[in-house]
Amino acid sequence: MATSDIQVAEHALQHHFADMEQQRETSTFGMWMFLLTEIMFFGGLFCAYLVYRASYYTAFVEGSQKMNIWLGATNTAVLICSSLTMALGVRAAQMAKPKLMIALLLVTILFGLGFLGIKAVEYHEHWVNHEFPGPNFHFETGDPEHPATDAQHTEIYFSLYWAMTGLHALHMIIGVGLVLWIVLAGLRGAFTPHYYNPVENVGLYWHFVDLVWIYLFPLLYLISKKHGG
Amino acid sequence: MATAVQTVERENYLNANYGIKSWLLTTDHKRIAMLYLISITAMFWIGGFFAMMIRLELLTPAGDLVSSDTYNKLFTMHGIVMVFFFLIPSVPAVLGNFLIPLMVGAKDLAFPRVNLLSWYLYMAGGITALTAMVMGGVDTGWTFYTPFSTTYSNTHVIGAAVGIFIAGFSSILTGLNFIITIHRMRAPGMTWRRLPLFCWSNYAAALIMVLGTPVIAITLLLVAFERAFHIGVFNPQLGGDPLLFQHLFWFYSHPAVYIMILPGMGVISEIVTCFSRKRVFGYEFVALASIAIAVLGFLVWAHHMFVAGISVYAALVFSLLSYLVAIPSAVKVFNWTATMYKGSIRYNTPMLYAFGFIGLFTVGGLTGVFLASLGIDVHVTDTYFVVAHFHYVMVGGMVMAYMAGLHFWWPKMSGRMYPEGWAKLSALLVFVGFNTTFFPQFILGYMGSPRRYHAYPPEFQVLNVLSTAGSSILAVGYVLPMIYFLWSLRYGEPAPPNPWNAVGLEWMTSSPPPTHNFDETPVVTWEAYDYENQPQEEVTIGH
Amino acid sequence: MWKNFPLFPERASALAWQVDGLYFLLVAVSAFFTLLIFALIFFFAVKYRRSVHPHPVQIEGSLPLELAWTLIPLGISMVFFAWGSLIYFQEARPPKDAMEVYAVAKQWMWKFEYEGGQRDINQLHLPVGRDVKMIMSSQDVIHSFYVPAFRIKADVLPGRFTTTWFRPTKAGTYHLFCAEYCGTDHSGMIGQVIVMEPAAYQAWMSGGSSTGTLAANGQQLFQELGCSTCHRFDTQGRGPNLTGVFGRPVLLEDGRTVVADENYLRESILSPGAKIVSGFKPIMPTFQGQVSEENLMALVAYVKSLAQPQGKAAGGNEAAAQGTSNTQ
Repeated sequence: MATSDIQVAEHALQHHFADMEQQRETSTFGMWMFLLTEIMFFGGLFCAYLVYRASYYTAFVEGSQKMNIWLGATNTAVLICSSLTMALGVRAAQMAKPKLMIALLLVTILFGLGFLGIKAVEYHEHWVNHEFPGPNFHFETGDPEHPATDAQHTEIYFSLYWAMTGLHALHMIIGVGLVLWIVLAGLRGAFTPHYYNPVENVGLYWHFVDLVWIYLFPLLYLISKKHGG
Repeated sequence: MATAVQTVERENYLNANYGIKSWLLTTDHKRIAMLYLISITAMFWIGGFFAMMIRLELLTPAGDLVSSDTYNKLFTMHGIVMVFFFLIPSVPAVLGNFLIPLMVGAKDLAFPRVNLLSWYLYMAGGITALTAMVMGGVDTGWTFYTPFSTTYSNTHVIGAAVGIFIAGFSSILTGLNFIITIHRMRAPGMTWRRLPLFCWSNYAAALIMVLGTPVIAITLLLVAFERAFHIGVFNPQLGGDPLLFQHLFWFYSHPAVYIMILPGMGVISEIVTCFSRKRVFGYEFVALASIAIAVLGFLVWAHHMFVAGISVYAALVFSLLSYLVAIPSAVKVFNWTATMYKGSIRYNTPMLYAFGFIGLFTVGGLTGVFLASLGIDVHVTDTYFVVAHFHYVMVGGMVMAYMAGLHFWWPKMSGRMYPEGWAKLSALLVFVGFNTTFFPQFILGYMGSPRRYHAYPPEFQVLNVLSTAGSSILAVGYVLPMIYFLWSLRYGEPAPPNPWNAVGLEWMTSSPPPTHNFDETPVVTWEAYDYENQPQEEVTIGH
Repeated sequence: MWKNFPLFPERASALAWQVDGLYFLLVAVSAFFTLLIFALIFFFAVKYRRSVHPHPVQIEGSLPLELAWTLIPLGISMVFFAWGSLIYFQEARPPKDAMEVYAVAKQWMWKFEYEGGQRDINQLHLPVGRDVKMIMSSQDVIHSFYVPAFRIKADVLPGRFTTTWFRPTKAGTYHLFCAEYCGTDHSGMIGQVIVMEPAAYQAWMSGGSSTGTLAANGQQLFQELGCSTCHRFDTQGRGPNLTGVFGRPVLLEDGRTVVADENYLRESILSPGAKIVSGFKPIMPTFQGQVSEENLMALVAYVKSLAQPQGKAAGGNEAAAQGTSNTQ
């Protein structure tokens, strides 16, 4: 055996760590570092959003009025609930209740899929309304009294909308996959109160992805209800 | 000549097991370092080939060797390969990967499987980018400036961007692994103040990898989206701002030069102390200078944009901060020089490269001060002055440090000694060839010769010929080590555990080290570079 | 300097001396430090070589020394910073009475248009001793206007105007380079800056074909595109009255105030919805794709001419000013 990971008893202590404590701290620290890089990753998009929102405020207001606030708000609620079940799931793992953990994580997965479904409905709506940037882009406020003042820059709003929510949705898909992996490992009885790092770390990731949405929702959906211009 | 290694070779990470699978699925940081060494060496020669083509084209003022489109692809691919696939991974992924666990007294990096994943990502990114190049190439310059890259270029921009995007994650994972390892995996007694400076400087570089790389990733992703779906984030025709691209690009790509140079500085700190047999002068200052460079490095990106149309006041702030980032670099140079004072100096090849590094990095750094100065920058930015400046830092600095490090730790990595005489010759060739190649470019730059020109006015020819002549000397200087390193694998003298009589935990295990690095976890009770208490024995290997 | 092997660029602008002065100082200081480091390394390496100095003397470090080599370089570099910034500030502030030349960059060509309406391609004719302000934009990708003999460079961007200025001091022909990589024929996007004595310049200017001053062309476009139906020169128009707008602050509908500079005028033509003037409705259609860069410059030149006091005797502006008073 070279240095592949030797499973030590039921504790899954990897060979290069001195003890479980070191292994646990290390992996949690690693997850936090990873989330830091994720913040920077989304940060580039948020930065672009803020720059353009400041320059083309009216266009952004008009774009945001095309958002279905109810679907967005529902999705926000769904994600908050999923964070709750995720947190309870981690707690269950810690308390040595593997069945409860699996149940809670399955609910989390359902919430995640629900979010993605609702998001898909929204995407479909935007798509048929030509609110996808590119040659087919076409924007009208829908109100003949107030024609679009700055449709050209509203396209930038939609570019950012698709990029930011799309990237977030991709993270959700990965998140659902990770939770599923934990559930499968849980069914095999891989976790004990001494060893549940993976559950904890996937939980951290899930909360992070939720948190990104908590910022995306007001920034993209709730810019201003007043008609700009 | 050490005798311990004459008998049956003890088991080490190289002979622990055999077969292609034992390498491709390894999680041993030393083997992954070797995988990286092979891959980035290949990348170095690919990038070097492009460089030679560029220099040959520039022998004559007319664009006669290759077409202008080909030339544009050549300098673009030279930049992409050298920056993203050679310089950024070079010292961290090869020497850092190999040495950081050894230096802190750990059995492996914190996440061995993540480490292997990072090599696969590097390979996937490299193959994607190379495929784009083979299929027709990219002609945007390694900087991918919009709207040229998003709208006007009709080459394989998406392929190259995706390749860099993937390789970026390799860099993030390596950085993450280093940070966690240095925080959590240190052996008992290995306090932060006893940490070798190589670890400090890799730690600082890792911070930049972790915090900066995601930004370039998202930026290049947006470029790819913009080409594929015609979204308009950087397209001025849709009201997008091409300067936003430049801000996001340089937010990573300026700190990226510190990813490249900081680990090199760490190598030099190890070598100068070893061959002077002295504690490093001002340990805390050298260590903190690394961190200061990493932090300040994040605040100077817009000095690439002084003529790009940013506000005068922004330019002023970025100019000031650019001066500040030069100070810690100067502090390091002075400290290395002072380390040699009253030392006991030996001229082995690593030390010769280190001399070269200090001198050339000083020139590179000081010409950076020219560029930080707003009034001068307006004249010389985007000319050969800039080309010369960053090659002095990247090649004169980083590649010199990488070569120094390879020679220094080659006995540890391979278990063999390299031939000292040939190595000294190559160090000399590299130094002479490098200066002949790039010093004329400073003069060209101040005369106003713009960079990325396929053809140039005839009055610039003499200096260009000089530069091309120098580059052929440089090429020989790089081919030599390639040959004798390979030769030494078979015919080199077996290396003792500590051929340089150096301090540092990596020298306290056998050469090459066993798979688990140390037979028992070392306990550190001495300060870093404790040459005072290291017995003074004359080692005659290689003389 | 040798004709075929020069080592230093010509100096042909008022600013070139300042840039070179700072450059020489930087070279001197850099040479000093480089030689110092090289000399120390050489000296230590020889003096303390193993064979004559086998026992090193351990030194931990020295706070005074560390402070010295932190603070002294810092102090020196602040001098460079201040001097460099002074030069940059001058470059950023064109004199008020500078003659204006409009430049359009495209792959791979420079097009210049003078105030009198004369046009040039890849050649820029200038008189000695006059301040010249370049107002530039690009039709496609980013280019950069670079005249080494003037020590001046400014990127030329699509979608906005950038400016730079200089005062040629020596007659002659100088290189004009595109310094920002712009595609296939980047290295062919070169031209000449031809600086002439004032008399020769006058002769050249009157010899060139001109279809009326830039501002007059702009005025004609202003009529043809129908701008004048809304932007009337009284308070009855559906759009703001443009008289005297240039260079003044404008109050916007959302409460912000912007100064009406060249870029503001440009944005208002191409993206009229982006900044609505207070008290007006966003009814203006966009002219994106309908006005070429040259016509845009003519329009801007016209609106600028509306802001100038009557009787400013700057070449072609007279006609424009006259046109204005007729309309009014």
